Amino acid sequence: MDYIAVVLLEILYMIAFLALISAGLAIVFGMMRVINLAHGEFVMLGGYATIASSKAGINIYVAMLLIAPIVVGAVGLLVERLIVRFLYGRMIDTMLATWGLSLLLTGLVTLIFGNTAVSVPAPIPGYQIGRYQMGGYNLFIIAVTALLLLGMWMVLRYTRVGLIARGAMLGADIVSALGHNPRTIYMLTFTVGAALSGLAGGVLAPLTGLLPSSGGAYIAKAFITVITGGASVVAGTLTTAGLFGTVNQVVSFASTPVVGEIAMLALAIVLLRLMPQGVTGRFFRNST
Amino acid sequence: MTGSGFGVGRIRWNWFAAFAALLVLLPLVSETNTPTLLAIWALFALSLGLMWGYAGILSFGHAAYFGLGAYTYAIASFNIGESTVPLLLAVLVPMVFAAIIGAMMFYGRISDVYLGVITLVVTLILNRFMNATAGDAYRIGNARLGGFNGIPAFPILNVPGEPDVQIFGTPYYYVVIACLLGSYLLARLILGSKFGRALVGIRENEARMELLGYNVPALKTAIFAICGGLGGLAGALFANWAEIVTPSVFSLGQSAEVIIWVIVGGLGTLVGPMIGAVLLGMLKIALGMQTSIDNSLVLGAILILVVLLIPSGFAPAFVAWRGRLLQLQAYRRHARRSTRRRLHLKEAE
Repeated sequence: MDYIAVVLLEILYMIAFLALISAGLAIVFGMMRVINLAHGEFVMLGGYATIASSKAGINIYVAMLLIAPIVVGAVGLLVERLIVRFLYGRMIDTMLATWGLSLLLTGLVTLIFGNTAVSVPAPIPGYQIGRYQMGGYNLFIIAVTALLLLGMWMVLRYTRVGLIARGAMLGADIVSALGHNPRTIYMLTFTVGAALSGLAGGVLAPLTGLLPSSGGAYIAKAFITVITGGASVVAGTLTTAGLFGTVNQVVSFASTPVVGEIAMLALAIVLLRLMPQGVTGRFFRNST
Repeated sequence: MTGSGFGVGRIRWNWFAAFAALLVLLPLVSETNTPTLLAIWALFALSLGLMWGYAGILSFGHAAYFGLGAYTYAIASFNIGESTVPLLLAVLVPMVFAAIIGAMMFYGRISDVYLGVITLVVTLILNRFMNATAGDAYRIGNARLGGFNGIPAFPILNVPGEPDVQIFGTPYYYVVIACLLGSYLLARLILGSKFGRALVGIRENEARMELLGYNVPALKTAIFAICGGLGGLAGALFANWAEIVTPSVFSLGQSAEVIIWVIVGGLGTLVGPMIGAVLLGMLKIALGMQTSIDNSLVLGAILILVVLLIPSGFAPAFVAWRGRLLQLQAYRRHARRSTRRRLHLKEAE
């Protein structure tokens, strides 16, 4: 009984983890069809911003929920203005330039913080389920992710900003004809996407030690979650995060974490082969 | 993409001979360890450049074939001893693997980003798997896969038929150069054939080629497999050079690096990727010798600048520039001549 509870909690945590690291990428890909390969480095920067400011004496919740998104959002704005905006409509070139950016950011952080792991302790103590010791902080991550996805869905569904955003997603030229500047929309979208990546990095920072190369651990997982999810931002991310998270953890419990990860990656290949437009290209077509 | 049929099928034999002579004579003036490595990298870049520049297939996980070649060679040479069969296997195994992956993707009409994701994920799976193969349970014949530490001390290349006569140092440099020049000629041969022209056609307009009756998925799978085989050859040569293979041959960085070499050198050429690999390889080695500037910082900056400023890479940009220069000279000559003629006319008056 306890064991089942532990497994369920771990599955839930994995789903939340995948959805959290994918949210920023999903917004940018879903709305702009831009693949940001520096996404993992944005997450990593969020982590560094959190750890640096909490070491400077700022409350850790303020650091992760406020400072990390603002810092990384600003970086995103800068990147959009300096690099990405020249490459709209050139998907492969965007991927290459952002890959360059990912290397650049890794190198830059190595230069500033050095190539050693930094970390902060988790601010929430663990608890017991029967014989099992659980991390209390995992529950916090699940809660943050649930709120984040709910918030994104509400904004996209019920606000004027969300309406314009969804319009730009479906037909940028029509939105432009209605008097909204697509360039501004793209700029804001990229900034918001970067800020969400920063938030993810900040919230995840206390769980793992951070290295300048940490971004690489996130990018592949976020990438497959978003691409197999398809065009719908919230529904797509949630579906594939649920699927991949469950498969990963169930297989991990049955054998080893490495086999779990390989099973998840293999599933992604199969799904992409069957549904090249992503899961929401086939199912839930009118979702947000 | 770049201009149509850029140098397809033409071998400038005088240039080729001069270049080959230069490579053959290089050991007279320089040590051969670094040039060997650079030539291996050039071969790896050539294998991606052929596929990406001419068939328009960009793999984000070309390191998969490089790594498979390296591992296949190491495992097979442990089990067989004599190195001729392992070297052939190191080309064949990645080729078959690429054919399977390619067939899966191209018959499923997967392209662009989705192709990028799948190739990336395949490489990642191989990387994760090889990293987790520590311990005695993971062995193929006599070869222990060794997990994170990789496979050291396997038998290196020997003279075919004589397992005791190993090839290393300057002779090995010549082996690598022969492989590089041979692969280049093979690529030229492919591009000059009907198959190569069909590939360029697919790059320019896939739907039209399909409607003209070409079997697009089969052609794409074929070139994907060939380039996988060439990548495997590069990997096997690298394994012989390093005398150890570790899972880092499957890393994301390895895939990224070769893409950067190709695009900096020039997409849609064969010489460009090789030059890109050699120049950036030299830069990487030079940066590796000092510690103040991080290697990936410089590589990243170069990639961003190239994509933004010269998206077609240096070689096509150079050719375009030379073309403009020649045009300008012709124009000037013409202008001078007509001025002279006008002056003559004036004098005659």
